[in-house]
Amino acid sequence: MNIKRFNWQIWAGFLLSFLASLAYPLFFINYPITRDFPWATLVLYALAVVLLLIGLKRAFTGDTKRPLLSKLVASGLAGLSVIIIGLFLFSTLIMSRWLPPSTGAPQVGQKAPDFTLSDASGKQVSLSELLSQPIAGQPNPPKGVLLVFYRGYW
Amino acid sequence: MAISVDPPETNRGMLAKAGYTFPFLSDPNAEAIKRWDLLHEGQGTNGGGIARPAEFLLDSQGVVRWVNLTDNYLVRARPEQVLEAAKAVE
Repeated sequence: MNIKRFNWQIWAGFLLSFLASLAYPLFFINYPITRDFPWATLVLYALAVVLLLIGLKRAFTGDTKRPLLSKLVASGLAGLSVIIIGLFLFSTLIMSRWLPPSTGAPQVGQKAPDFTLSDASGKQVSLSELLSQPIAGQPNPPKGVLLVFYRGYW
Repeated sequence: MAISVDPPETNRGMLAKAGYTFPFLSDPNAEAIKRWDLLHEGQGTNGGGIARPAEFLLDSQGVVRWVNLTDNYLVRARPEQVLEAAKAVE
C-alpha cells in the first residue's frame, strides 16, 4: 500500500466522529461545563467534518488506484459519520428536553406532600419524620431537607 | 435525599461504590413521584415511568423554599446554586 495514496483523512474523520460521541457519556458527562451544552463534542465534530470533507475530495478527485472503491468507501464512511453525529445532536439537544411539564409539582411557598419510602437498607423513611427528628449526632432537627429526584440507573 | 424508581438493591450497590452518606430512597411504583407530578412516562427499561429530574429545598416545616425543574435532563442544579438557596432557609 502506498502511504501517500492512502486516504487517511476519511478514516480519521470517521473515527473522530465515533470517538467524540463515545467521549461524551464516558468522560464529558462528568463535568457540567461539557455536559450542559456539549460544546467540546461539537468542536471535535467540526474537526471530523473538515477531515471528512478533505477525504471526500480526495476520493472523488484524486488519482487513486481504484477510483470506484475509493468513492464508495469514502461515501460510506462519511454517511455513517453523519448518522452518528446526527443521532448525538438529536439526543443531546432535542431529546434531552422532552420532559413532562410537571405543573402540579410543589411550588415555592407550598407545603410539600408527605411520603414514606424505603431507604437502601430497606428501612421505611417518611419525609415528616426526617423534618421533625434530629439526624444522628445532632441536637436539633434539620433546618431543611434537599430532595433530589433523579432518573435512576436503569 | 435522593429519590428514584430504582429498588434498594440498586441503590446499595451504587452507594457502596460511590460512598454517598445521605439517604437514597426507592419509589419503585412511582407513588411519591406521581404525587409530586414528576412522572416521566415510558422511560424505564421495562417501559414504566421514572422521575423527571427535579430538586426541592424544604424548610423545617416542610414548606418548599426553592425548586429547580430543569427543562433539559442533561442540565442539573450545580452545588453552588443549591448552597446559595440553602443559605436563605432558616
